[in-house]
Amino acid sequence: MSIGSTPLKFRVTIDPDRCMNCGRCIENCSYGVYRREADSIRINSRSCVACHRCLAFCPRDAIEIEEKPGDYRSHPVWTREIREAVFNQAKTGKIISGGMGNALPYPIIFDRLVLDACQVTNPSIDPLREPMELRTYIGKKPSSLSIRERPGMDTELLTKLSSNLQIETPIMIGHMSYGAISLPAQQAMARAVHRIGTFMGTGEGGLHQSLYPYQKNMIVQVASGRFGVDIDYLERGAAIEIKIGQGAKPGIGGHLPGEKVCADVACTRMIPEGSDAISPAPHHDIYSIEDLKQLVHGLKEATEWKKPVFVKIAAVHNSAAIAAGIARSGADAVVIDGFRGGTGSAPVVFRDHVGIPIEAAIASVDAKLRQQGIRHKVSIIASGGIRQSADVAKIICLGADAVYIGTSALVAMGCRVCGTCNRGVCAWGIATQKPELTKRLDPEANAVQVENLIHGWTLELAELMGAAGINSIESLRGNRDRLRGYMLDEGLLNVLDVKTVGA
Amino acid sequence: MCGIIGVIDRNRQLMDGGKIRDSLAMMDERGSGEGAGYVAYGIYPDYKDYYALHVFFDNIRENKAPLDNLLEKWGTIVHDEQIKTYEQPNIRKVHTPWRYFFRPDRSLMPKSTTPDEDIVTHLVMKVNAEKNGALIFSSGKNLGVFKAAGWPEDVANFYRIEDYKGYLWLAHNRYPTNTSGWWGGAHPFNLLNWSVVHNGEITSYGTNRKYIESYGYKCTMYTDTEVVAYLVDLLVRKHGLSEEMAVRALAPPFWAEIDRMPPKKQELNRAIRLTYGPALMNGPFAICVANENSLVGFTDRIKLRPLVSGESGDRLFISSEESAIRRIDPDVENITMPKAGEPVIGRLYS
Amino acid sequence: MSTLTIDTKDIHYTPLNQQIRKAVAEGVKEITLNNVLGQRFIGDGLRGDDVTITVNGVPGGDLAMFMSGPTIIVHGNADHAPGNTMDKGKVIIHGSAGDAVAHSMRGGRVYVRDNIGYRGGIHMKKYREKRPILVVGGSARAFLGESMAGGLIIVLGLGDTKPISEQGVGSGIHGGEIFVRGPVDKLYLGNGTKQAPVTEDERAMIRLIIEDFARSFGIDATPLLAADYTRIAAISARPFASKYTLE
Repeated sequence: MSIGSTPLKFRVTIDPDRCMNCGRCIENCSYGVYRREADSIRINSRSCVACHRCLAFCPRDAIEIEEKPGDYRSHPVWTREIREAVFNQAKTGKIISGGMGNALPYPIIFDRLVLDACQVTNPSIDPLREPMELRTYIGKKPSSLSIRERPGMDTELLTKLSSNLQIETPIMIGHMSYGAISLPAQQAMARAVHRIGTFMGTGEGGLHQSLYPYQKNMIVQVASGRFGVDIDYLERGAAIEIKIGQGAKPGIGGHLPGEKVCADVACTRMIPEGSDAISPAPHHDIYSIEDLKQLVHGLKEATEWKKPVFVKIAAVHNSAAIAAGIARSGADAVVIDGFRGGTGSAPVVFRDHVGIPIEAAIASVDAKLRQQGIRHKVSIIASGGIRQSADVAKIICLGADAVYIGTSALVAMGCRVCGTCNRGVCAWGIATQKPELTKRLDPEANAVQVENLIHGWTLELAELMGAAGINSIESLRGNRDRLRGYMLDEGLLNVLDVKTVGA
Repeated sequence: MCGIIGVIDRNRQLMDGGKIRDSLAMMDERGSGEGAGYVAYGIYPDYKDYYALHVFFDNIRENKAPLDNLLEKWGTIVHDEQIKTYEQPNIRKVHTPWRYFFRPDRSLMPKSTTPDEDIVTHLVMKVNAEKNGALIFSSGKNLGVFKAAGWPEDVANFYRIEDYKGYLWLAHNRYPTNTSGWWGGAHPFNLLNWSVVHNGEITSYGTNRKYIESYGYKCTMYTDTEVVAYLVDLLVRKHGLSEEMAVRALAPPFWAEIDRMPPKKQELNRAIRLTYGPALMNGPFAICVANENSLVGFTDRIKLRPLVSGESGDRLFISSEESAIRRIDPDVENITMPKAGEPVIGRLYS
Repeated sequence: MSTLTIDTKDIHYTPLNQQIRKAVAEGVKEITLNNVLGQRFIGDGLRGDDVTITVNGVPGGDLAMFMSGPTIIVHGNADHAPGNTMDKGKVIIHGSAGDAVAHSMRGGRVYVRDNIGYRGGIHMKKYREKRPILVVGGSARAFLGESMAGGLIIVLGLGDTKPISEQGVGSGIHGGEIFVRGPVDKLYLGNGTKQAPVTEDERAMIRLIIEDFARSFGIDATPLLAADYTRIAAISARPFASKYTLE
């Protein structure tokens, strides 16, 4: 017996009174929703993913997209998504894959944390009038300094410092590879970070030639597939990141399907055109923590100990202990990617069910490193689910040095979070390699948007700090006293080491 | 708010506490009658080689024996006695102040390069964290803290502060904001030979506390000032920084200023900020820190709290208000206001 | 003329101000306060355009706060915020003063012979005929004239130190003007400021004030009048205009 049709996810309608029949919806939709028949525009709502490209470019606001116009009989356990997953797998017998990040409605810890502000006992600081320092250094710090002072002589610093990345705002853009996203998308972000004085990751797809002018603001990634990795690549980056895992799919590798491996992607990744680019789950030269140290040192030796090396892991149950191991590996920063982190494509079962939220992960990593007296050995970069400046402030209070944003940078370029990055036909030209789609992005215009976003967040962050009577970001870092939990349970309050509101 | 005063006689001439009391009482307006305290250096010449532990006992019968036992486990109690107090109508004697002169047994910390200090620090942290009716609020050599909940003059009279003669004094008049006025929360805060008085609120307390606790210090006093004593102990005693460099770490120059420095100076200052970022103190503060050799006063980086210094012969005075200094010595000269974040330092001549 | 002298030793500020108010109400025009040491609020909220109070000693904070009319002459240093939200009258300090001198001052004049601390003239403002004036003979610390909304600050740099050697001068200024004798390194200028050499009209305007200042302290005004000045003022009266976007 056939399962038959399931209810529509979206219903698209065009108001005939408003429509001027210009056909922009047909041109813009890359999912095949619209077609012209004779003089009219016909709609296939079943193809719609609600990417809103048509809606954004309809000159007359004639298009309406209704979510779940029809639904199943409601049931608290057998949700629509669960039923459809069963239908899907019953039909195909396969693993379900999806894009973006975790799509289950877990409570968001960020939204249950509130920040502090000064009243009476200390003054707020207006960042427009008095200095407000957001400058952050990413990398290893000494635990103490040796300084020689002699009368009549210059004071001498005897301690040699490791190289650190200097960022003017604690906001960086995380690793989204060329392949997962388009070249113009990378170009736009590269221009933005270059102008702001921050950094972005290349992802594991190598560094395209057109990004060389921005390489001083790029962090190159060495992932399990080692795509695009050669000494030239390592030397170009400002820092090198070893990717162990990703919040959207902890514990598994990934693959970029051959159809996305166009000639340009192929040469950046240094693999044959049209071939699948397969990243194994583990690095096959890292089966234990000491092997990580070996790779860290290998990269450092290759680049003459000039580049900070980051290690990125997915936030999992034991990430605190893992991070403590990473801190001892010689790495300069540990990146923790929470379970809300985005992805071009991941098995939904991993995306939605594996890993832990970034807030809890950062709190426990920071606490563990302090407990062991090695917090100074690594910077902590939080990623996965950072949506707004308040999240940045909160995660820094919980112990992060800086954040990576991913999805929000894509949203700044037009992404509507439709969650179909894995389809490779992103109508916004972001998560696709189709030239007719990627050309929709204007690297310059989008650079301005990404720059604006980070600038706006940075201003807000400065205001939040000023209101808390803090004029230097190092005094916000790990300052959990300036957070309170609102309707968080006791166990979580303990993990976060945050008091409840009113306490 | 809060009022602070510090004075050092660089030639080790002793000053009795009477004038310090009068001076502190000048700033009653800055306090709330819920805490005041004094520390004097040089007051126990007969026992100068032993650690003078000042303790608040909740109850002598219950709480003293366990502390005696603990101290004897770690060394020798050379002498101990109740600290003399004199009933004051406005002070409710909720604790019994006691003093011990204690010699640690350094063979018990064989791995340490500073076993005496480490034993005493360990004992202070342990006793104060356990909260078993005993609080060690002063633990240096040849010095002592005298504090309680009350107005400056009442606290001074409670201890008859004029009976003590020291070459270096700190005093503090408290207006508590973070915790109610309990005796342990009054300033000065002391650890070993470090004593601190503080006006203001440290908005970076959470960060500083986490930092200092990862070095084994335990914050037990429910107030932000405590971390300052521990930070100074860590930076100066353990890390070997000079007082100037320690203040540089606690209240460093702004990046904009560092970026303009010549290369070597820039490198030094950047290194200080990178290394000691978690020790940076934010928020409004004016602080006096003392040890047996020196008195240091400094404010936060944007000068949100007042501090003036003045000199008179061998004496250096630091206070929240000039009038308080003039109360001690009307002829004081060179009244100056230290720059934000820059220390005023007075050191003994020898 | 009726005068009054008070030995203020160990007198709290409240009874002291009560004595002053009572005397002023009774028509006393000259009041001398001796042995002043740390009393706050002297002349707080006091009215009386022709009253002069001479303070011998070191007064406490908020001298002449909300004062509207009298003249206070201090022989000694003043503490925190003399002239705080002062409305009218004059404060002449033969010495230095602490932080936030002339904070939110609305009118009248504050003259400080020597130096002032941080945030001098912060948020001074002008409205109609009320125009506050702060003149400093020596130097001023950081954030001079911060958030200034109106009025006039002059810093003469007569001491050993340069008039300005710290950051944030006029930071957030959106009205009023700051004159500094000699050049000011642009490093020290705050956000939203611009500087320019003074025009002849401006020079004529400050001339009268500098002469009055010099007369108050028995200083020769000639070199001050001959000197070059830098004028620091707001780029815009709306420094926050481009800060926000609507929800």
